[in-house]
Amino acid sequence: MTPEAAPLPSVPRRRPAEPGWLLPVASVVLAILVAWTLAALLANWSGAADALVRAGEAPEAGRIAAATMALERPVVPAPHQVIAEVWRGVFGFPITSKRSLVYHAWVTLSATMLGFAIGSVLGIALAVAIVHLRSVEASLMPWIVASQTVPILAVAPIVIVALGAAGFTGLLPKAVIAAYLCFFPVTVGMVKGLSAPDAIHRDLMRTYSASKPQILARLRWPASLPYLFASLKIAVAANLVGTIVAELPTGAQAGLGARLLAGSYYGQTIQIWAALVAAAVLSALLVRAVGLAETATLRASGGPLATGGRR
Amino acid sequence: MLARRRIGTPRDLLGNDQPAMSRAAALALKPPPEPDRPALPAVAPRPVVSARGLCLTYEAADAPVHALADVDLAVAPGEFVSFIGPSGCGKTTLLRCVADLERPTGGQLTVNGVSAEAARLRRDYGFVFQAPALYPWRTIERNVALPLEIFGVPRAERRERVARYLDLVQLSGFAKKFPWQLSGGMQSRASIARALCFDPKLLLMDEPFGALDEIVRDHLNAQLLALWRATAKTVLFVTHSIPEAVYLSTRVVVMSPRPGRIVDIVDCAGLGPERPLEIRESPEFLRLCQRVREGLRAGHAYDA
Repeated sequence: MTPEAAPLPSVPRRRPAEPGWLLPVASVVLAILVAWTLAALLANWSGAADALVRAGEAPEAGRIAAATMALERPVVPAPHQVIAEVWRGVFGFPITSKRSLVYHAWVTLSATMLGFAIGSVLGIALAVAIVHLRSVEASLMPWIVASQTVPILAVAPIVIVALGAAGFTGLLPKAVIAAYLCFFPVTVGMVKGLSAPDAIHRDLMRTYSASKPQILARLRWPASLPYLFASLKIAVAANLVGTIVAELPTGAQAGLGARLLAGSYYGQTIQIWAALVAAAVLSALLVRAVGLAETATLRASGGPLATGGRR
Repeated sequence: MLARRRIGTPRDLLGNDQPAMSRAAALALKPPPEPDRPALPAVAPRPVVSARGLCLTYEAADAPVHALADVDLAVAPGEFVSFIGPSGCGKTTLLRCVADLERPTGGQLTVNGVSAEAARLRRDYGFVFQAPALYPWRTIERNVALPLEIFGVPRAERRERVARYLDLVQLSGFAKKFPWQLSGGMQSRASIARALCFDPKLLLMDEPFGALDEIVRDHLNAQLLALWRATAKTVLFVTHSIPEAVYLSTRVVVMSPRPGRIVDIVDCAGLGPERPLEIRESPEFLRLCQRVREGLRAGHAYDA
């Protein structure tokens, strides 16, 4: 016996950044800023003109245009106003202050994380049950699907009132609502993932007379990981939406949802937009965190899964 | 049971002394015992695989498909039996019945004296599939360790066995690699190591080299023969290559489709246990190939 072909040279894990990637990224950002500024200009025009008239100044076009960028309560705030508000919210106050965006983002994030944990575990557990017991699929699946057709805005107050009556307030009701939104993609993805192993791989386990838990741990679970992470990315974004929605009807004192609500009560559009930006950034960070966990996990379990077919 | 030394080239191996077990096994295969050796006991050893009137019928939409019809077969310990025939002749189905991956619809089948299911439950056999069927998220050594993990073999013994069997198939340097980093032939060898590492007495192989090119296949055939001679295993081997079947086997079972049945059994033990690759040019080898081919023709295999 002679050793055959040497092993393939290891494929570079990460493709080098293509030259000029900065240009497209910068172009898109610039286009968004220009469109946003134009929208602010148009939407605030009449308000700015009125304000100039009230102040007894001549409503010249140049002056109106300048004023649209600096209204206290604009219809559409200008980009620099929102950026300044976010900056002030993040760095202007101690993070324990009720005026700090970091404080509110943390309140929302903690409920999101708890909801994500509850929803993911529930989603995975349901998928494991569905894959192993046909009766569970027949009896539970219609209810699971039905649960997702009910608007979350209608369900959220009911859950909060019901849990409040049972003595649960604060973090948990919000997390439950977030979990309600996020378990579904996890269940659907994991039913698919846990059923993904090839017939030949299942036959191999059968020749070993492996038990169902052994098959789950050594075949179904590892084979489902790419599906799991795809589901988790959808779930974590849905989770944040669920938490913010849960903060709206409760008159919550803290959280990004509470900031949105307070902003709309007092017509503080800049504050609303700042809270929206904070939510978007948070959401992007959460999806990125799941993506990093995915890369690390799949890289540890055999190269090609980690490098191929994603993004 | 297995020789722990490293297997050299097939030629080297054939020149070496065989372990006692395999000499006994080789003896059992030769019908006329050599005069200077004591004759085998008159009582035939209990067959490893015994099929009587075995049938398997699938209920298809229009008409039932007779995958196996009235198959009779007995495989003695230490035999290397190949199954050959065109696709649809039931050779893979028969192997999967022995492995209890399919349920026969009629007849009797025993494996090591018990039902196929009982044999599977007590893990009597190792199965090598058409594809290597390695788990892509496991390294080669963890793939080979998979059955040992499932059988609850302690960690230290697991490590020792994996090292030994990877050495046997000459993959020692590739223990930490993932399957996709290996060539097709190396993946095949890894899957064979996985089937051998818990030392089953019966090895079921379903066209394990079917997807490989002829050069690699010749090489692996020689290695497999050396392995079989060094151990005392009974091998059931499905193939669609006539030379491969004759080269490897003590008996070749020729099968034919519609319904799947046995049309001829060709005894190849006359080639002897020592078979260099060149034996395939000998008149005896060509005669046996010719007989297999005639069997296939008689079974209308070429009409397909």
